Amino acid sequence: MSETLLHKDQNTENLRTDELLINMGPQHPSTHGVLRIVIVTDGEIVKSVRPDIGYLHRCKEKHSENVDWMAVAPFVDRMDYLASMNNAMGYAIAVEKLLNVEVPPRAEYIRVITSELQRIASHLMAFGTYGLDMGAFTPFMHAFRDREKILDIFEAMSGARLLYNYMWIGGTMRDLTPEIITAIKNFIKYFKPMMSEYDNLVSYNKIFIERTKDVGVMDKAFCYTYGLTGPMLRGAGVSWDLRKDMPYSIYDKVQFDVPVGKGEMGTLGDCWDRYIVRMREMAESCKIIEQLIDNIPAGPHRARVAKKLRVPKGEVFSRTECPRGELGFYIISDGSEIPYRVKVKSPCFLNVSTLDDVSRGLMVADLVATVGSLDIVLGEVDR
Amino acid sequence: MTLDEVLAKLQSRFPQAGVQKVDTQPDAHLSVDAKGILEVLRFLRDELQFETLANLGGVDLLAESKLVVVYHPFSYTHKLIVPLKVTVNREVGVKVPSVCSIYKAANWLERETYDMFGIDFEGHPDLRRILLPDDWKGYPLLRDYKTPDYYNGMPIPLYFGDPPDEGKPAHGGEA
Repeated sequence: MSETLLHKDQNTENLRTDELLINMGPQHPSTHGVLRIVIVTDGEIVKSVRPDIGYLHRCKEKHSENVDWMAVAPFVDRMDYLASMNNAMGYAIAVEKLLNVEVPPRAEYIRVITSELQRIASHLMAFGTYGLDMGAFTPFMHAFRDREKILDIFEAMSGARLLYNYMWIGGTMRDLTPEIITAIKNFIKYFKPMMSEYDNLVSYNKIFIERTKDVGVMDKAFCYTYGLTGPMLRGAGVSWDLRKDMPYSIYDKVQFDVPVGKGEMGTLGDCWDRYIVRMREMAESCKIIEQLIDNIPAGPHRARVAKKLRVPKGEVFSRTECPRGELGFYIISDGSEIPYRVKVKSPCFLNVSTLDDVSRGLMVADLVATVGSLDIVLGEVDR
Repeated sequence: MTLDEVLAKLQSRFPQAGVQKVDTQPDAHLSVDAKGILEVLRFLRDELQFETLANLGGVDLLAESKLVVVYHPFSYTHKLIVPLKVTVNREVGVKVPSVCSIYKAANWLERETYDMFGIDFEGHPDLRRILLPDDWKGYPLLRDYKTPDYYNGMPIPLYFGDPPDEGKPAHGGEA
């Protein structure tokens, strides 16, 4: 349309834009649970973001003060329901530090193998749902197909598919049978070539790279001040992994690399870097399992721990490397049969707290990419 | 660097902050006065390479009538956590300086502590409830907290079965 035909009022100089308040969630496919985000937008640009959490608050910390030490473990499972094994292992390690119990070597091996399997399952979920966020449905089906195989193994181990209550204080609930060991070996054999399939399908896909590179950049200083850990920190190029740098359990006996973001596709610490760190960690988890699965020592799978635990008076802050970052347990015991205080420091809680800072000035579609790259589980954020 | 070295540095630098070591097992911690926590944490971050805050939380010591705020600054350089504790009187709205200006991680962690213990973090940019609804009454992680029977007219189900009559306690037996 030529300029002369425009009505005077249609001149763009006179057009005014208003800020618009948009509610994303709490029931929204790309919020990975029940997260509500109040977005102030100016056109397509995000001006500010206010995450609203608490929809999944189940008072786990309060409950923990009313049940005995062993009964806290199932609560911990239910916090990060995609990585129950890792969570429960963190709690068990914290209480064992208070109790000063030595876990039998067989139990340590089983624990590390299961928690690495769980890490693969959790990262598969992150990979699949991130594909969904970016508009690709196929990766989700691939991820679930393979995650299902891990859940089958866990079902054979513990009887449950999602919430296992498998890591008990002092060891594990049950022993590994030869059939399960064979199943794990078969899975690793099956899974290793799959990772290049994922890379072909998603990681180096042009559309995917265009959507995720240079988006939601978090650099090292940002991660430090926000207390971000795990793949978020490593995505910013910091080589830090508790399993490597402050090893617990038997992680000092295994060889593995710590994948870090290198800014391969764009800026260091963007969404693609965080994504690729998770993908490469799956390969490292396979490496760890392969080193351990053939050498599980014989012996008991649980230390001799009293049925009704009395934990000596004291306090401990213990952290373990979970798929989403460092999960911390700050536990105080007053010497009785129930914990005095169990404070859970959830990695995702701090991940969500960065949203306002990181998403100002992004497009709304890029906000979805950023939220997906945080890999949050609201059960753990709200506890 | 060890906890004792940090303690010596803090005591010589901030004699008025009342930094003391307490030998709790298995993790020892340092107790700090509320008025000194800001400068102690700033010193830890800027001069002793404690780059991040690994945890912040509250504890209710009902028997001693005290509230405690626990800080766990962590140093990637020294691979060391220095647990710091600030003990204040046990009352709703007791004031503790906010450390948001030092670690941004403290922003939400302090909101959570406010939500659960009613500690007022002075200087916090946005001190609102975070996990509970904005109009919730009381601070649930206080040890003498009693769950209300009703929230905005809705019975709070604490057990399975019919909701109790209005005015009759749903739990515990005694009113």
